Amino acid sequence: MKESHEQRRAKDGLPALLHEALGTPDDGGAKSGSGERLTHGEATSRPLQPPPPERQPRGAKVHHRRPVDHNEAAQRFIDAPRHEKMHDERLWDLRQKRDRQMHGIPEWETLRELASSIKQHTLAHLGDHLERFEAQASANGIHVHWAQDGAEHNRIVHGILSDHGARRLIKSKSMLTEETGFRHYMQGVGIEVIETDLGERIQQLDDEAPSHIVVPAVHKLRSDVAEVFARTLGTDPNNDDVHYLAEQQREKTRPLILGADAGMTGANFAVAETGTFVVCTNEGNADLSANVPPLHIASIGIEKLIPRIADLGVFIRLLSRSALGSPITQYTSHFRGPRHGGEMHVVLVDNGRSARLGEVDFWESLKCIRCGACMNTCPVYRRSGGLSYGATYSGPIGLILDPTFDRRRYSSLPFASTLNGSCTNVCPVKIDIHKQIFAWRKALAETHDIGLGKQALMKAAGAVLSHPKLYRAAIATADGALKVLPDFAVTNRLNTWTQGRDMPEPPRETFHQWYERTHGGEEGAQ
Amino acid sequence: MRVALFVPCYIDAFEPEVGIATLKLLRRFGIDPEYPFDQTCCGQPMVNAGCHNEAKATEELFVRNFAGFDYIVVPSGSCTHQIRCHMTAIDQTEEVRQVRERTFELVEFLHDVLKVDGFPWAEFPHKVSYHNNCNALRGIFHGSMSERREPPYSKPLNLLRMVKGLELVEKARPDECCGFGGTFSVFEPAVSVKMGQDKVRDHASAGAEYVVSADSSCMLHQQGCADRLGLPLKFRHIAQVLNGDRA
Repeated sequence: MKESHEQRRAKDGLPALLHEALGTPDDGGAKSGSGERLTHGEATSRPLQPPPPERQPRGAKVHHRRPVDHNEAAQRFIDAPRHEKMHDERLWDLRQKRDRQMHGIPEWETLRELASSIKQHTLAHLGDHLERFEAQASANGIHVHWAQDGAEHNRIVHGILSDHGARRLIKSKSMLTEETGFRHYMQGVGIEVIETDLGERIQQLDDEAPSHIVVPAVHKLRSDVAEVFARTLGTDPNNDDVHYLAEQQREKTRPLILGADAGMTGANFAVAETGTFVVCTNEGNADLSANVPPLHIASIGIEKLIPRIADLGVFIRLLSRSALGSPITQYTSHFRGPRHGGEMHVVLVDNGRSARLGEVDFWESLKCIRCGACMNTCPVYRRSGGLSYGATYSGPIGLILDPTFDRRRYSSLPFASTLNGSCTNVCPVKIDIHKQIFAWRKALAETHDIGLGKQALMKAAGAVLSHPKLYRAAIATADGALKVLPDFAVTNRLNTWTQGRDMPEPPRETFHQWYERTHGGEEGAQ
Repeated sequence: MRVALFVPCYIDAFEPEVGIATLKLLRRFGIDPEYPFDQTCCGQPMVNAGCHNEAKATEELFVRNFAGFDYIVVPSGSCTHQIRCHMTAIDQTEEVRQVRERTFELVEFLHDVLKVDGFPWAEFPHKVSYHNNCNALRGIFHGSMSERREPPYSKPLNLLRMVKGLELVEKARPDECCGFGGTFSVFEPAVSVKMGQDKVRDHASAGAEYVVSADSSCMLHQQGCADRLGLPLKFRHIAQVLNGDRA
């Protein structure tokens, strides 16, 4: 691994820089003719150099059937310090804006409780609400389809598009279509898909998955976007002005939108009582997708149901405040039926949801309204980037959703958490996220899916820690203590503790030895 | 009132002076805790890794050591949280239930049970940044949490404000996790170290000379990060400050 400027300073016995930007990388200092470093007085001062461009770190490497190595991808993200710092600070800013919104609403905690109860009720009677939605939507003139899994969803949408001879589809952002591998499928059958959400469009042009469920390109610097647009849209590679980039993208994409044959949206909420659905966006792109072409298809996960239109206000008040720290999204669009001469289809997708509903420890994850607040607050997510999880969903909600899709591949993800619990506190529908992460660890250990080495280590630790004499012998020396206390120890490898931390000072005696020697400090040794 | 002292394995092995300060502090309030000699660990290292079966024997031993006491006092929010909220690998007999209910973290014990009103022997004329361990804060509710809309309160700060000369400083991110996270610190070293570095820089930027916490485990991690970065931060357990140990 390349040694950082900071590591070099540490080696030289120099204190860390509080303002790293002031350190010039690869600056060996001014040298005299004989190659010796000049002292401060002898050397001439020189302006700070601009930092060299930093390449965008890419996501987790995919190994078929092997568990995702989150730590490896996270290390590469952290080794790109400008990306990591921007990402951490930008998402922390969203968290702080969210806090300010929360403080403006005296009944905030009551709203969360209410939202949680409505979702619990809906999920407990999901079949009834779904049938009611279907009946009402059909009465409104919407064609309703049911898809068991992602593949069936893709086939159904393909069928609708084929019936209309559609060759180009414009779509707004949808995590469900990420689950189903929709764009990849459509590419295979020769239908062009254009993402209309700016962030999602950037990710599509870069052939990269969204790294965040609300702000999909949040891990990219302006310079990264300039590079992607220069490569795919022919823009000026040296111009990373955001207005220029947004305008160029708009100029290039708008004609494609106007000439599209069909439009697709997801849905944030589907109302059983009215058979309507609601899409919340800030760019108005869902309205373009839905209203420009004559054919509108909406893909909706079955957990998106709410019973009544009166319930909607609870969620609308929470959604954007939690997600972006704004009181409401710029657009909250209600879709009731096809426009005159047009057609509207809804595909209700299960894709593992009804199976999850049957899991006692994990069903509450279905309450999720995809606001991303848990990602914004997560200190691990902010420092590793969404792509380091190598899965459709990242951050805390991803840790508990992803293993339901592929237990083996995502078996490592519930360990990419410190269990600090901040996610649970920000969740607008009160999913006990960190408790579910904890429960997933247990479930994975029970089926021996946490790695044999780790489990053997824990077994050994448990054997020592349950026998006082073995324990006493093991921690008699600092070295021994580091081996037996499993939080510090990794078998037969360099202790990862020392990667960025110094070892604790070895104590002269343990508390136990002190107590024995002094009889609890009562005899002499005060 | 029969009170037992549990000295968690970290403190036993790496920070014996924290155990000693806890014992002496309790004696100052007229409580002479017993120290069950066969105590080892609460089982958290295994449970944190999902290995509940592997923790069973350790949990059984814990209950054997601590059954029958009115209070079990622990100078660690994290271990208290494990015992109170997660000690479920063993059968939940009446005895187990009692041990779990009667376990108190030191700050809670002083603040809620003894309801202490001063530490006249203690003086700490230093700038202090208090570190909330996440289990202490969000697991056993040492204080209000920045994510929640609730009236502000903090049990550890209430106690520290009674110490003469002690000046509290405010961090930019007061209750963000420091990245220790138990097994997380070794299985996810990249993020763990980065979080620790950010945390110790936040302490330093706030002007802290000392970092004080109710949990030694977080501080072992943070001290390792601070030392590596060459930041001149010193670390003290809250028991040492409240007991009036010299800085």
